[in-house]
Amino acid sequence: MDYTLRVGGEAGQGLQTIGGALAKVFSRNGFHVFTHQDYMSRIRGGHNFYQVRFSDRRVTASRDVLDILVALDLNTIETHRKSLGEEGIILYDSESIKKTFEEPEFIDVPFKKIALDVGKNRVMVNTVATGAVLGILGMGLEALEGILKTAFKKKGDEIIEKNIACARAGYDYALSSCPRCEAFRLEETGNRKLMLINGLQAIGLGALMSGCKYYSAYPMTPSTGIMNFLASKAGEHGIIVEQAEDEVAAINMAIGASFAGARAMTGTSGGGFALMVEGLSLAGMTETPIVIAEIQRPGPATGLPTRTEQADLLFVLYAGHGEFPRVIFDPGTPKQAFHLTNKAFELAEKYQVPIFIQSDQYLGDSQWTFEGFDPGRLIYNDYRLREADLEGSGEYKRHALSGTGVSLLAVPGEAGKHLVVTDSDEHDEKGHIIEDSETRIEMVRKRLLEKMPLIRKEMEAPYLYGDASPKIVLVGHGSTYGVIREVVDIFSKEQKISMLHFSEIYPLPESDRFDYLDLLENADLAICIENNASGQFAKLFRAETGFEFTHLITRYDGRPFTIESLKEDLHAYI
Amino acid sequence: MPTFEAYEGQVPAWCPGCGNFQILSSLKQALVELDIEPWEVLLVSGIGQSGKLPHYMKCHTFNGLHGRTLPVATAAKLANDALHVIAVAGDGDCYGEGGNHFIHAIRRNPNVTLLVHDNQIYGLTKGQASPTSDQGTRSKVQPFGSLSEPMNPLALAISLDCSFVARGFAGDPRYLKELMKAAISHKGFALLDILQPCVTFNKVNTFKWYRDRVYKLEEGYDPSDRLKAFERALEWGERIPNGIFFKNNRKTLEELVPVIREKPLVRQKFSPEETKRELEKFY
Repeated sequence: MDYTLRVGGEAGQGLQTIGGALAKVFSRNGFHVFTHQDYMSRIRGGHNFYQVRFSDRRVTASRDVLDILVALDLNTIETHRKSLGEEGIILYDSESIKKTFEEPEFIDVPFKKIALDVGKNRVMVNTVATGAVLGILGMGLEALEGILKTAFKKKGDEIIEKNIACARAGYDYALSSCPRCEAFRLEETGNRKLMLINGLQAIGLGALMSGCKYYSAYPMTPSTGIMNFLASKAGEHGIIVEQAEDEVAAINMAIGASFAGARAMTGTSGGGFALMVEGLSLAGMTETPIVIAEIQRPGPATGLPTRTEQADLLFVLYAGHGEFPRVIFDPGTPKQAFHLTNKAFELAEKYQVPIFIQSDQYLGDSQWTFEGFDPGRLIYNDYRLREADLEGSGEYKRHALSGTGVSLLAVPGEAGKHLVVTDSDEHDEKGHIIEDSETRIEMVRKRLLEKMPLIRKEMEAPYLYGDASPKIVLVGHGSTYGVIREVVDIFSKEQKISMLHFSEIYPLPESDRFDYLDLLENADLAICIENNASGQFAKLFRAETGFEFTHLITRYDGRPFTIESLKEDLHAYI
Repeated sequence: MPTFEAYEGQVPAWCPGCGNFQILSSLKQALVELDIEPWEVLLVSGIGQSGKLPHYMKCHTFNGLHGRTLPVATAAKLANDALHVIAVAGDGDCYGEGGNHFIHAIRRNPNVTLLVHDNQIYGLTKGQASPTSDQGTRSKVQPFGSLSEPMNPLALAISLDCSFVARGFAGDPRYLKELMKAAISHKGFALLDILQPCVTFNKVNTFKWYRDRVYKLEEGYDPSDRLKAFERALEWGERIPNGIFFKNNRKTLEELVPVIREKPLVRQKFSPEETKRELEKFY
């Protein structure tokens, strides 16, 4: 079984409440879930939808064909009716949208009337609708009741009871008024519960569990979810989350906190990152560890603020004046986002460099299910030196030429009488301004030329999924992981096909552990798939390896690839 | 007890006769007299001649970017509020490039001391008008004279209810040192704007020009009266007041952030074990 449900309506109608609750009900019942959101850049009105795909097997992308459409307004019916599959149904409330549909796929549930009769409050329309969907699926209300109890805990028992009664009434109504819904009855999945998490939460959780103590940012869609997550944990886990006056301040604050000894991070989207570029260069020069989450949306300028694109890769790669090392991670799943954020903190501290978690609105807002994350895989090494670490040693020099590319990092004020000095000007080993050519050469050598090869050795090989010696290789990076993977599953019945997915994209991993270039060269078709117009990863790949992809599939309408759309694009070549 | 020599850094590369020399020696003396050791001080600076000052001292130093002194200083203070954090900036640095940060640092009120070397000119880039240049100031870039009204940093700071607002003069280092001591000792964001003649590029606002005009706020002046302070801050021209214009007891940012109430952020140990329960919340 593999169902897709879409809840559509205006911003402010509670699509997230319904979609989010259903996703959680499914994951608590042991179903695999994949959700994605499509919303406009406005606070009320317009047209938005929340899509939930759920299945008894792993799902990692969205489909276009719908099984259940929950329409909270007429526009949703008009826009999405054509996407309904053969057995699909549309749930709506004829009274609310002032139109009745007689076709068999329509199920008229009086959301508003039930909310007013049972809950005595119009607001409970969402709970009725959520209950109605579960009625159609015959899934039971136990999980939803639990979710309602948690959600309305602060509002008291009466509100909880009314919501449960509304859910029940919606459930019963849908169950009894849809004979053809028999087709949707679900199998039991046993007693397991799955973890449900989106990309931004996974980055926030990764930061929290890596000891991030300072997060400064200026709110910007779609990155704000990271700040929301960390702010919600600030009190309990001792994190300072500062809303900066602008992105320039945000990155300089992260640098200031990190210099003073706290693990620090900032996050933004492309437009905000444009303002951070100066600070990025400062982190490079002062060798201050920072982690930067750059969550892409389509540009240039303000672009499509709530949509998705992978078009900032080359910008992030080349941002900052001068030459200094950097690392770019671009996770393909929330689980990778979690572990790569952890790796970002580890490498940032170890090599004292800025590290990017680059992602996009699509992965950021998508919820996925997992059996769980393994906290045993987390790395935490404290590279900062304090008084005991420096006892008996000579004068501390912040930028000492160590021969290993890395100078020791002391905490100002915590390292006894040792002074920590750094400068955005070129500096000597002690951190003081210099202008002589010899010192300049030594510092560039240490900062860039010695560090970069060491960092490159830390990069993991790309992930190969599918045939081990494929004729067709679909190459992707970041958020296209899920859709490429499912498309490989579809084509692999007839083709020797596989996916090669890169999540650690700069510097590109060495090929000694896995010769991915050899794999590509031996394939008939090597197709790079990117959510941008110009094929930025393909350019990076050619510049670094000399390898030219045979084809490029791009999508740049601000929407993610879906299984159907990518399949169609591939049919031109396969 | 620290000595003046303990604070001695590199040999300054400022022009002979520059007002910065007095600022440097006053700061060293102020820290010595306040019994603050070099390893208890973090100096944060930006770019410009003022930005070099930390190198001519001995203490923890972050010499960052033009105008970005205050975000770095604020965050460093939040990360380790046991440090005395002193931000050093110039008028172009702090009021021009960093104007936005200046406003918001005052709003946040970290316990940071801000020393502004205010010479009403851009020295490092060879003599353009600065945000505090008098209207009509001529330069290669302002052939018709500066067309903008000068900014009044003290009046702006007082209007924002800045916790401590003072003005000193590099030509009176003894008094300047006292003002520095008051600013560093003050709990809250402390602005000390320092009139600092640029002997190379500013041929108008010279040591003599300032000396003829500068006077100290009278004894009995009440720095808690905000409206009076604002009125005195507007005084500029034939007579230029020096001293502590305004003070209040606003809570500092560090006092308001609950997570550092017990101890500085950098002394809080992290254990991944303690965060494991967060995973359960996603089921």
